[in-house]
Amino acid sequence: MAEAAKVDPMHQFTIEPMFGTDHWQIAGYNIAFTNSSLWMGIAAVALLVFVWGGMKRELVPGRWQMAVEGFTGFIDNLLAANIGPAGKKYVPYIFSLFMFILFANVLGLMPLGLVGVHPFTFTSHFTATGVLAVMSFAIVLIVGFWKHKLHFFSLFIPHGTPLVMIPLIFAIELVSFLVRPFSLGLRLFVAMMAGHVLLEVLSGFVINGVNAGLGIGPVVSILSFALMIAICALEILVAGIQAYVFALLTSLYLNDAENLH
Amino acid sequence: MEPASAKLIGAGLAAIGAGMAAIGVGNVFGSFLESALRNPGAADGQQGRLFIGFAAAELLGLLSFVVAMILIFVA
Repeated sequence: MAEAAKVDPMHQFTIEPMFGTDHWQIAGYNIAFTNSSLWMGIAAVALLVFVWGGMKRELVPGRWQMAVEGFTGFIDNLLAANIGPAGKKYVPYIFSLFMFILFANVLGLMPLGLVGVHPFTFTSHFTATGVLAVMSFAIVLIVGFWKHKLHFFSLFIPHGTPLVMIPLIFAIELVSFLVRPFSLGLRLFVAMMAGHVLLEVLSGFVINGVNAGLGIGPVVSILSFALMIAICALEILVAGIQAYVFALLTSLYLNDAENLH
Repeated sequence: MEPASAKLIGAGLAAIGAGMAAIGVGNVFGSFLESALRNPGAADGQQGRLFIGFAAAELLGLLSFVVAMILIFVA
């Protein structure tokens, strides 16, 4: 019997320098161009091409323009529903955030491995999603303090709180406020990582099933492969939902900063 | 008990959390669908809240996955 192939589900998340080495350092930080940076660049370029193709401003929009306008209209509605008229000015930020995450998630699922290119989902790293989350959180803080000055702290005391309860409620609301960037970044990163680990584990089942030969092999392999296809469809759904949830939660947090409550 | 085996058992126990989150997510969408079918006119306006509930329920399941991953690969 063939020896069981060892498929390491975590190997796909390795960040490798593409140009440069581990010794390219500035102030102790490695600045080599990695596969993560490469795929960030690809996502950005794909996004630019997609949006640029829809900016012809034709009176009768073609298919491409309709696709881009569909997305901008979607974000516009999201912000109008969650923030109100004050949300208009956040459309560029939320749109870029949503589309960048969406493109990153979907690009990471592309079956480019068939032509020898291994897509890298940089949203499956907390460093990438954490920075996006911190950016959203920083905008919330800046807008909140800019607009309401120190009155922003009243966000932590809901209306009608009894006087005795104020210290406790303040502490709880403060903690739940400060946890937001972590939960925001963690959700996206774990959801993407979990999906890719699952696909890798299932592919390990398929490979080991094929190696096991004719007895039980086909049963395991075919079932795992069918499941893999279904999970792939689910992953595409998750890629969209996670990008949407990230944009939605960011807009909710911005609503807190704009309108208090 | 060996520390290594205790780690794997702990990671397996963390999977209970993922299952519980599955119940939660199912509950969110199930309740939404139930009430959306009663009043389809109001359903579209609640889609934002649907996904907030989904995100909250899902996060806790993902946290249990993080615990399992930390136990297996980090600790």
